[in-house]
Amino acid sequence: MDIRERIKEGLGKKILEWKEHSARRIYFTVDSKDIVNTAEFLFKKLGLRFATASGMETLSGFEILYHFTLDKTGEYFTARIFIKGKENPEVDSLACLFPAAEWIEREMWELLGIRFLGHPNLKHLILTEEWPEGDYPLRHKNES
Amino acid sequence: MNLKLKALTKSIWVFHVSTGSCNNCDIEILDCLTPRFDVERFGIQLVGSARHADALLVTGIVNKKSLPRLRRIYEQLPKPCVVVAVGQCAISQHMFRFGYNAPQTLDKVLPVDLYIPGCPPKPEAMIDGIVKLVNKLKGVK
Amino acid sequence: MSHRVIVPIGPYHPLQDEPEFFQLYVEGERVVDIDIHIGYNHRGIEKLAELNHYDQVAYLVERICGICSSSHPYAYVLAVEDILGGEKNIVPERALYIRTIVDELQRIHSHLLWLGLAGHFIGYNTVWMWAWRYREPVLDCFEIMTGNRNNYAMFKVGGVRRDIKDEDIPVLKKTLDEVAPALEMFRGAVMDDPVIQARLKGIGILTKQQSIDWGVLGPTARASGLNIDVRKDEPYGACDRIKWNVIVENAGDVFAKTVLRVLEMQESVSMIRQCIDKIPKGPVDADVKDIPPGDGLGRVEAPRGECLHYILSDGTNRPVRHKIRAPSFMNVASNKVACVGGTISDAAITLAAVDPCYCCTERLAVINKSDNKKIMSGWDLIKLSQEKTNKIKEELKSA
Repeated sequence: MDIRERIKEGLGKKILEWKEHSARRIYFTVDSKDIVNTAEFLFKKLGLRFATASGMETLSGFEILYHFTLDKTGEYFTARIFIKGKENPEVDSLACLFPAAEWIEREMWELLGIRFLGHPNLKHLILTEEWPEGDYPLRHKNES
Repeated sequence: MNLKLKALTKSIWVFHVSTGSCNNCDIEILDCLTPRFDVERFGIQLVGSARHADALLVTGIVNKKSLPRLRRIYEQLPKPCVVVAVGQCAISQHMFRFGYNAPQTLDKVLPVDLYIPGCPPKPEAMIDGIVKLVNKLKGVK
Repeated sequence: MSHRVIVPIGPYHPLQDEPEFFQLYVEGERVVDIDIHIGYNHRGIEKLAELNHYDQVAYLVERICGICSSSHPYAYVLAVEDILGGEKNIVPERALYIRTIVDELQRIHSHLLWLGLAGHFIGYNTVWMWAWRYREPVLDCFEIMTGNRNNYAMFKVGGVRRDIKDEDIPVLKKTLDEVAPALEMFRGAVMDDPVIQARLKGIGILTKQQSIDWGVLGPTARASGLNIDVRKDEPYGACDRIKWNVIVENAGDVFAKTVLRVLEMQESVSMIRQCIDKIPKGPVDADVKDIPPGDGLGRVEAPRGECLHYILSDGTNRPVRHKIRAPSFMNVASNKVACVGGTISDAAITLAAVDPCYCCTERLAVINKSDNKKIMSGWDLIKLSQEKTNKIKEELKSA
């Protein structure tokens, strides 16, 4: 079975939207509470490699993209989740599944303020320890 | 002219610190030691501890995390000493000056004696800069 | 006996005194835990990329790292071209070959740099001097082709900024002819030397499963048996138009990583030679004007692993979001498992074996678990490592 069909079959109703940008770039949206199950399916069942995750502030909340890849074919499958609201964004951590997620979640926490529940070591990684709390550099604070 | 500094010009021992750089300047500094440029024949040596150094080579934008460290290293350097700003980042923070992690330029933190511009400065430019510094210390125009 | 050691692991600045980057917790001679601190080189580039337009961002990302100075702009340019429909659909043929030539030359100079530093760490200063001496012709080549030894400014969206002149090709060939025998000499020196084998084999092992869990990339992953290489998985530039092999080793130790890098350099020489023979005439720039809205992912095989850039565009002339993931971000984190269990005299070479791009990591401190205090100065860890090599030399001589 094709890898895309296996993903669609394995995740089923969890996939809210599916977009194929090109032959090797597939983006799909899942609910933020399904991300651990999705990541477990992609990493453990299908053997995709976790490349990285990128967070971003949107008009109504936050968006995180988790990039997984199948090295054999060079395809990238990106799972997109939305977190509504800007007050206390939080999502489950993937660090329990694979340690490759530990550092990137720390970085997203300190630059965007997204709390990763269950992360073993959520403290500053690249900013100094004395960085003022509540100051998240990647947020659009003063921009119109 | 300070007698010690004048004596030092015969054989300057340098200590190098990087305060948030892309490492290009750092590698070009190390390149000066390699067989093509070989500054060791002039007596210039890279030392392992700031307490043995006469000159401090600083690269990088001096970001928030490295600022306290830079100050501590400068305090350890036996005075008198010279401070050299190597590369565009150390001189003016280059294109990172609008970033959130670049509070001030190097010369607001330490008294800089020599600026070597370039991104990165070629080893020849660095040697030329050191020669100018040595001449300045000796009082030669 | 417990002791504390401060180790500056920055090969590029082997002389730093203060704040730790890696805190190694030891009991006796064994490392039991490690805490990694980074961020001393953080300059806020992702945020700055949102303030600059697409051509300026190419200039900005070049200065993320000085050694993989062409990998980051290449990955960024591929990300933007991904929004537009893919590199192969936009970029002219000649530009694809020029991109590969620059990329592979960069790999040679980066691996030679690492080889020299690894040699210095284990006490073979001659290797350091010779490896860096052979880097010079490669840097001269860059200067002739691009104008600068280190920041080439060759990549732009839609092609390359400068063409390679016909009179530069013989210079390139002469450089390769000069470097190739040196690489053969390094290969013999590394693979056949009993002291190097005794010193590096079995040190800092990263198993295949650990490599998968920690998501390591590049030579670090290929030395543990993982066959991943972006040039094979998703060919870019001229990689699918020339013949070359992915080098994979299985032992996962520092020796495997060293051998792998030497063999990769020889592969790169062959790739550049093929590119020079096959490069067609033609334009080098597609003159792209506007970037439509969309997401783009671009990746290249930097000397340290897969370098990934993600761009979100909204149709204006600036990116909305630019995510940069350097390969060392994954590789350095894996030191948590590679160093633990080894001795402190092996710590220096183990940490250096992932070839950390020291734009994210610089120094090291070893801390005694029971009383949390440090002892030695920077040189000491490297000295410990060099002393171990001397001990092995003595043992082999008397054996």
